[in-house]
Formats: sequence, structure tokens, C-alpha cells
Amino acid sequence: MPSITKPLIPAVRRERNALGLTIRDYEGPMSTLCAGCGHDSTTAALVQALWQSNLEPHRVVKLSGIGCSSKTPTYFLRSAHGFNSVHGRMAPIATGANAANRDLLYLGISGDGDALSIGLGHLCHAVRRNVRMVYLIENNGVYGLTKGQFSPTADLGSLSHRGEHNLVPPIDPMLLGLSLGATFLARGFSGDKAHLVPILEAALAHRGFALVDVISPCVQFNNHAASTKSYAATRAHELHVTDLAVPHAPVTATIPTEGAVDVPMPGGGSVRLRALPADYDPTDRRSVSAFLHEHAGRGEVPTGLLFLDESVPDMHERSGSSRVPLNQLAFDELCPGADALDALQAAYR
Amino acid sequence: MSAWAASIDERPAAPAPPERAPGVNDFSCTIATANGTGSASANALLVRAVFRMGVPVSGKNLLPSNIQGMPTWYEIRVNGDGHTARTGRCHLMAAMNAQTFPQDVAAVAPGGYVLYDATAVPSYRWERDDVGFLGVPLSLLVGEVSEDPRQRVLLRNVAYVGALSALLAVDPTVVAAALSERFAGRPELEQANQRAFELGFDHAESRVDCPLPFHVAPAHGTAGAVLMDGNTSTAIGCLYAGATVAAWYPITPSTSVMDRFGELCARYRRVPDVQPADALGGGPAGAGDLDTPAGQRDNYLIVQAEDELAAIGMVVGANWNGARAFTATSGPGLSLMGELLGLAYYAEIPAVVFDVQRSGPSTGMPTRTQQADLLEAAYASHGDTKHLLLFPADPKECFDFAVVAFDAAERFQTPVLVLSDFDIGMNDWVVPRLQWDDRFQPDRGRVLSRGDLASMERYFRYAPWDDEHVAARTLPGVDPKGAYFTRGSGHDSLGDYTEAPQRYQEVVDRLAAKHAAATGHLPEPLVEHHGGARVGVITLGSADAAVREAVEELAGRGVPVDYLRVRSFPFHAAVADFLRAHDRCIVVEQNRDGQLRSLLVAEAAAAPDRLGSVRCYGGLPVTVPDVVDGILLELGR
Repeated sequence: MPSITKPLIPAVRRERNALGLTIRDYEGPMSTLCAGCGHDSTTAALVQALWQSNLEPHRVVKLSGIGCSSKTPTYFLRSAHGFNSVHGRMAPIATGANAANRDLLYLGISGDGDALSIGLGHLCHAVRRNVRMVYLIENNGVYGLTKGQFSPTADLGSLSHRGEHNLVPPIDPMLLGLSLGATFLARGFSGDKAHLVPILEAALAHRGFALVDVISPCVQFNNHAASTKSYAATRAHELHVTDLAVPHAPVTATIPTEGAVDVPMPGGGSVRLRALPADYDPTDRRSVSAFLHEHAGRGEVPTGLLFLDESVPDMHERSGSSRVPLNQLAFDELCPGADALDALQAAYR
Repeated sequence: MSAWAASIDERPAAPAPPERAPGVNDFSCTIATANGTGSASANALLVRAVFRMGVPVSGKNLLPSNIQGMPTWYEIRVNGDGHTARTGRCHLMAAMNAQTFPQDVAAVAPGGYVLYDATAVPSYRWERDDVGFLGVPLSLLVGEVSEDPRQRVLLRNVAYVGALSALLAVDPTVVAAALSERFAGRPELEQANQRAFELGFDHAESRVDCPLPFHVAPAHGTAGAVLMDGNTSTAIGCLYAGATVAAWYPITPSTSVMDRFGELCARYRRVPDVQPADALGGGPAGAGDLDTPAGQRDNYLIVQAEDELAAIGMVVGANWNGARAFTATSGPGLSLMGELLGLAYYAEIPAVVFDVQRSGPSTGMPTRTQQADLLEAAYASHGDTKHLLLFPADPKECFDFAVVAFDAAERFQTPVLVLSDFDIGMNDWVVPRLQWDDRFQPDRGRVLSRGDLASMERYFRYAPWDDEHVAARTLPGVDPKGAYFTRGSGHDSLGDYTEAPQRYQEVVDRLAAKHAAATGHLPEPLVEHHGGARVGVITLGSADAAVREAVEELAGRGVPVDYLRVRSFPFHAAVADFLRAHDRCIVVEQNRDGQLRSLLVAEAAAAPDRLGSVRCYGGLPVTVPDVVDGILLELGR
């Protein structure tokens, strides 16, 4: 991906996190996406969330497929390994990488075409396996790099920049995730950083597959008046279901106020959810499903932490695989040796 | 006849010898059944007994792509000299399937025999008087052993093994021992099976002049050998090579690679759970695992993927992250894996793929064999892509080459495809016992440690490269200095994105040089000279057994030919030398289009006008007469 190097010397003194790192340590080179692209705002929110989460940059693995969204891993965490793979296949690559080393944090960036069209099958199965990773969909309802075709999240009847109507209904990744047994579902808006950062922090702390749908408008091809994924439309229809605050330093016991749900986060601290409406329960799959269906029908975009289940083992725990990452096992732990081979072959005599 | 053929050897070939009579430790026997009746294990029992008597033997499954009820055949060849290829001859037919009875009788060589179940005599105009019909009321006999209809079907199989054992002088105590092992811990089943075997054996022995003129005589031809299929030995090879991650999608005939790998791992890769919980965790510890015993952990992870695209994606991801990972598949799966194999080639990521070939194109014939994925595998993916290929000829080489594959993949940071096939993978072969040297250390290739990185000013992924054109890689999570961006998009020698012609070309040219440099680390071709022959025969993989025997037969008929079996791609210089050293070479392979021949023309500078072709691609393992006749035809004899 073409990119422009950013100056590393900060003009102003910057705050340091618990690791002594400034936010600049979580950045990458300058983006080459279009000015005003929602993805750049999402990147900024991600940088903030990673910095606040006190993650060592090189212990994060960035992965993506192909598309505008998939270019963004270049633009953050310059000291982390990145893997810009092929269209739609980020989830299998991440699954394999996670299989090899369970101790790193896997951060996958996808788009609505990459995740929900060409990569839909893989997304579904990564959800089912509960691979421990963040899977972020930068959702703009349109194919940007190929100049404006409808994506699988384009709303029924919405207009393309060429004036054509979208004739097929959209896929809602949150409803899809719910039906597949997802353990973490959240939606944010790239134009609302204050709301998005805590969502991303919660996703980074989740010990399973965290699916985050970020409405991220395309200024070139899907920001016009007739679009339902424009900045204006998203602002007009965004419905904050839950607001998040992730306490960092010592966890203080927060007394639940009326209408609030506290969800413990094993990765560190707890997430305090202030539910709107008051009776929203993000741990109840059925009521969340009903809620999402109802609001999708009204053209609203519910945002926040929509669903969470921390009781499900991830791929490794489900399989009982080694606590030591598989890529760190010594050869003599893996090879049974000549005597065992002789013994084993007795059955083939 | 083409001009060269007359010029190379003026002597006329000896006429084809008369049909060779079967003899002691030299005959073929076919068992015709319907699939899904449990006959496979009975057939394997008979073959194992012959093997244990010290006589080389092979068993070929000629089975339908179906679960139950379709005709299936099992061809057993017993040969004291160790020839195990199909001969196309049948001296004794166990005609257990009424559906195919007439065609099965027709397949028997004159002077041969037909064993049939005389409980219900098939409607058949007993028109052949040149074969002996031996009726044994198998179903009736086993009726006394069990009331259960399903059990009776299974016992009838063991009863025909009994009858065949009597006819062929297979030692009943050897079969009895094998039955005891198989039903260890299940005394009732063992007793029933032993009884069924005895009934079949005794009935045949008391009513027929046993043994037949051709039969088994104890020998010492299988000392130091094992009887094993190639998918099993492949799985053992992956275990020994230190593979920890496997991802796959079920597909015939490769599935048993992963079945065996899983069984082996459960046996050899489970360790006590002693480590404290890790920092990042992964959900509630052990909460979901139903298969790993409490207090144990698996030093492996097998993922049954959603499709082959995902399977190869997982393999690429795991190898990128420093685990030895592999997948097993067959033609349709390989087609799906193309794009990601191209990524692994261009981004320089190790990957090991076992392609157990079946008959294509498309779905083709899933339970039939072919060697028709050569070109697909050599150049899998769009763009200028070339892979390293290994061609095992038998289960022993499947084991050896599995280890070679992981070493080569990591050393050269590129995919290695091992091309086995249905015949090797799903049939039992007599091969030398698998050997392991405990001093073996895997070649993990150039991977920089934290310490290595500390001594470097800056790290670039694709530079500098060594004299094999390989640059060192780093693994995620080790050190911030090692971080780089892996991309399948155009990149320069430092790993940065580029669209500049020169910088792009520098990388793809290095990849071509790296591909060529790998040759020396792959198995060299096997060459056999037969005293100044001017004709060479070239083959690969499972065709080896039939071609070797054909070469012997041709020599006996005054047509000496030299022999070369390629075992890897890119081709060693010895292949081009062999091509140059002979007036004419004939490539024997199991596909329609002469894919190995094409590859030799494209990649070993073979002159097309001096390169003949014998192709057997009907889906059954090539027979010796196929090869002999094909070569003679090519030579204009």
C-alpha cells in the first residue's frame, strides 16, 4: 500500500500510558485514503484504544484482506507485524496465526465486501470457532477501490452514486453474528470517536471472537443525499443503545445504578454499560435479536456493545491445546523418536 | 512408425510371450463384492496373512464413489519377486456379488477358478468350460454362527477369506492370530469370526483338492517390511516432522491423512497440563474440551475448515507465525487453494500441501486414481507462480517426503506440494520399514531471533538474501524491530509497496532463482541403466511399480530401455542429462494430456520430437501390460 512516513518527533509533549508509550508509538505512516474517509477516523479511534489498553505494539498482529478498509493496517502500529492477505480470506489467515501462537492479540480489519460478500463463509466459521481476535468491519455499504458498486450492506432501495437502486436486501453483521453464536457484538460510528474508542477497548479485552461493525462512510462513492451510509444519514439514525466506559487503573467497584448492567472483563477491569433503553440486556441473545430486528425495520442504527457472552471457551480452550504457544514447542517435544516409530509399526506387520 | 523408431534398434522385438501361467507365489486374485458390506477389512485380513507368511503382496481397491451397494473389487497380487503392480490378469475370482457375476466370470484367465457363494446359485449360463467353478455355501455356513442379518453379512466375508485361505494355502494359524488382534477385548466377536473363518476353510478344504496349483508358500520376502497405506505414512511423516497445526476440508481420497494424523497426535502429542494460566487467556480454561482427557493438553491443533480456501489460509497463517502447518486435499480442493498458494509464493510463506490425486476434471471419479494435477500444482495460482513439488512413489516415500517437504518449505519460505494419489494413499503396499534417525534436526530456515535482531541496525523482510536467494524472516511478537508488513501486492526488495517496474522485477526474478536453487534440497531422480540402451523411459509416482516391471519384461523381450523416475520439481540436472543421453525417451504417466511430458518440455529443455508418451488415465492403477504395450507401440514394434 502506498504510504507517506509521518514525523516521529512530536511537536508537543505527549501523555504516556502505563508502558511509557505515547500515542505516536501506536501510529503508522500517513494514510493514502481519500480525505474525509471514515476509515481514517476509525484508525484514529483504534490507535487511541490500543494506547489506552496498554498493549505492547509488537504483541499485536494486524491482519486484513483486500479493499480500502484492508489498507488501513498500514496506518497504525508500525512496530507490529502486519499481514495484508487476499480478498475475503483474512479470517482463515488469522485463525491459522492464532492456532500457531495463542499469546498474541489478533486484530483483523475488514470491510463490508471483504467480510460479508467474498469472505462471508469464513467470517461465519470464525465466529463459530470463537477464535480469540477482534474482527472489525469498516462498513460503508459500497465497493470503494472498484469505484462504487453496492456491497452486501447497502440498504434495499438505496441509490448508488450513479443513481441505480440497490435491489437486494442487506446483511446485518450483528444479526448474523447473533444467529451464529457470537460472543461479542458491537457497533460504532467512525464519526463518533468518543463512543467508538471504548467499544474498541472492550473488543480488545474480549477473550473470544469480537465482531465490531463500524459504520464508516465513503466520501467518494457513498456520501450522497440518497445514501443510507453517509455521515448525515448515520448521524440522523444512530441510536446509542449502550455507552461504555472501560476503567483502566485499579478497578473500582461500581454500584449498579438503575438500568445499568456491569459485565466483568477477564482481560482487565470491567465494562460498565449504561443501557438505553433502561431494560436493554446485552447478555440475553433473544431479546437482543428482537431489539435489533425491530430497530433495523425502522431504519435505525443501534450502536454500542450489543451482545456479550464471556462464558464461551475460545478455539484453543475448546480444543484443549497447549498453553505454550504451538510455535514455541521444541522439536524433541514433538517428535516421538525412532523407538516409538518401531513400536508403532508393529501394527503394520 | 516415426523415422527415429526404425533407426534406434534394428532388431525386431520378440513376440509377446504366451500368457504367463500362475504359480506358487505368483498369481492374482480378485474379490468382487458390493461396497458397504464390510468386505474391505476381510480383504485386508487376507492380504496381511500373505504378508506375514513372508510373501510380497499388494491389494488394490477398485471401488465406487458410493457408501453402500455398488460393485467393488479388490485385486490381490501375490508375487515372490516383489512385483506388486496390477497385471490385468485374474487367476482366482471370488465372485461374491451377484450383480456383477457374469462380468466377473468373464474376467478370469483361462485355467483359472471362480469361487462363488453356493447358498443361492447366481442365474448364469455356466458357459465357460475353461475355468473351474468352486461353490461354497458361505451364507448358509455362517447362518449357524449368528442370527443377526448384519452380522451374517460380515461373517460371510470372513468365511470367504477362510475358503480362499484353503484354496491358496494361506496358513490358517496366521489368519487366526490376525483375527485375535483385530477383535482383542471383544471375545464374542472374535469367537464368531474365528468360527466363520474355520467354516469357510474347512468346507473348501474338504470338498476341493486344496491347494490350487497356484498358491502361497511361506518365504522370507517381507522381512524388514511393513504393509501400510500412503495416507497413514504421510500422517506419520507429519507427526515426525513436527507439524503442530493442520487445517483441512474432508475430500476423498485424502481424508484418512487427517484421520490418522489426529489419532497419532492423540497418542503421541498429549502432555500433562502443568503450565499456569497465560496472561491473555482464551476464555474459561478447558471448559469446552470434550476430547482431551482432564489434566492433559494437546501439543497440536487440527482445524476442520469450512472449505479448502480456509484450510490453506489457516496453513499459511500458521506457517507465517512459525508453526509447521499442513493440509491434505485432492484435485478439487487444490483448485480452490490456488489464490492463497500464489500469496504464499509471492509473500514467501512456507506451506505444505498433500494432494492425494484422484481422477478429474471437475468432480471426476473421486475413488479412482490419476496423476493429473501436475500442471495445476506446478503453477497453482495466477501470475508467474511456480511451486516445489514432490512425487512419492509409495508409502515409504510419503513418509520420507513429508519430512523433506516441511524442511524445504521453511528453508525456501514457499509452498511445497506433495503429489500422492489414490493408489498410494488408499491401498496397502509392502514397503521397507519406516526409518528415523534420532539425530535429525529440522531445517527451520532463516528465522531471526531477538538476539539476531539486536545486532542489526535495521531489518528488511526481503533483503539481504543469501546465495540460495532466501532472505531471513521474523515472527510476530518476538521483537518490535522485526516488524514488517506482509503483502501479496507488489513489493520491492525491502518489502515496501511498489509499482516501479525495476523494483518489482527484482523481487520476482529472485523468486525464480530461489525456486531453481531449491532443486538441490529435493529428492534426486532415480536412474537405472541397462547397458547402453538408446531408449529411456521416464515416469513418476505410483506408476513406478508397473513401469519397473515393464522395463524388466521389455529387456527379456530384447528391448532394453533405461529408466528414470522423477521425484521432485524443479527437475534436477540429471533429468536433462538423461533426456540428452537417449535418442528417444518415453514418458509414462497416468493422465490424458501427458502433463509430465509437458513439464519436461517446458522446464527441462526436452526436445518434443524425441519425447514419446504413454498415458493411462482410465482411473485404475496402470497395469504392466498397459506400459509394455504402450512403449512397444511408441517404438513402432
